Amino acid sequence: MKRWHLVVLVSVALVAAFVVGAILYKDRQRQAQGSLARSQASVLIREHSQTLGAADAKVAIVEFLDPGCETCSVFEPFVKQLLATYPGKVKLVIRYAPLHHGADGMVAILEAARRQGRYWETLQVMYESQPYWADHHRPQPQLIWQFLPRAGLDLARLERDAADPAIARLIEQDMADARALGVTKTPGFFVNGKPLVVFGHQQLRALVEAEVRASY
Amino acid sequence: MPTTSSEGQARSPEWALLFLGWLVATVATLGSLFLSDVMGLPPCALCWYQRVALFPLVLVLGAGLLSFDAAVVKYALPLAAAGWLVALYHSLLYWGILPKDIQPCTGGVPCTDRNLELLGFLSIPLMSLLAFTAIVTLLLFLRRRISR
Repeated sequence: MKRWHLVVLVSVALVAAFVVGAILYKDRQRQAQGSLARSQASVLIREHSQTLGAADAKVAIVEFLDPGCETCSVFEPFVKQLLATYPGKVKLVIRYAPLHHGADGMVAILEAARRQGRYWETLQVMYESQPYWADHHRPQPQLIWQFLPRAGLDLARLERDAADPAIARLIEQDMADARALGVTKTPGFFVNGKPLVVFGHQQLRALVEAEVRASY
Repeated sequence: MPTTSSEGQARSPEWALLFLGWLVATVATLGSLFLSDVMGLPPCALCWYQRVALFPLVLVLGAGLLSFDAAVVKYALPLAAAGWLVALYHSLLYWGILPKDIQPCTGGVPCTDRNLELLGFLSIPLMSLLAFTAIVTLLLFLRRRISR
């Protein structure tokens, strides 16, 4: 065997090993994620989770989000649109995967705002002001306080509530569940326990459509 | 008398040394791509500097291997040495020997995130350090042999 044959042969073998390894890894991950979500519904939807839409809707979109994630912000209108397309049939369940720097503090503020009945307004304000406080090179979560009055919040009460250990426990629980379900990127979607495998709003729409057809 | 090129004259042990170095670089490159693009672990700033040194080694050493040219050591050694230094710095940070406040990664992914530890101790920075150490050592051996 000539020397360059050996080099080419080894190169091909290594690249092939890489591809096979990647396929096996992805497949195993997908199976683990799907089976865990199906077998343990409680990991996917907790009692404390904020929901939007009819409580008795048979199709539940679970979204693991991070208030500091741009893609979550961009996706928000698509998700709302899906709820509007199937009124009463689809609901949204919010879970947290605060992966960005300072995002756990943001979730605490969001949960505190929920106690004032201003959850969705506050989330909207967070998404809209993202360029200011969630800059990737210099995140400054404290800047959010300039924008919070827009959501019509009692700021003194908000600050007190955000420090409540019950909220910290809730965030920890969500992060543990996100890890257990293999959510490493946000937004992470599950529709009736089925993970959104290929990311995209068309793929999400198709998954929701399929579940609505199967349930109604 | 340094022999620079010519396929036929190259003695097998030199070629084998270069081949081993190339093999380490290639396995390390594919491994790092597996971690980032398959397992989805984002590379930190220091990881990127190591990649800057590591990825070209696959092509540089590979080119030197195909038409055996021992002069490749001259071009590959600076790359490997630079990568080794960054890897050493990264490992020292990771083990907490260097204080964290002098690390350059402020935004994005912290360089001391413990993402993965194979067999309980083999962290990503340590794997990188071992790979660069192997490549540098092999290239130094090769340099000694060809300069004799």
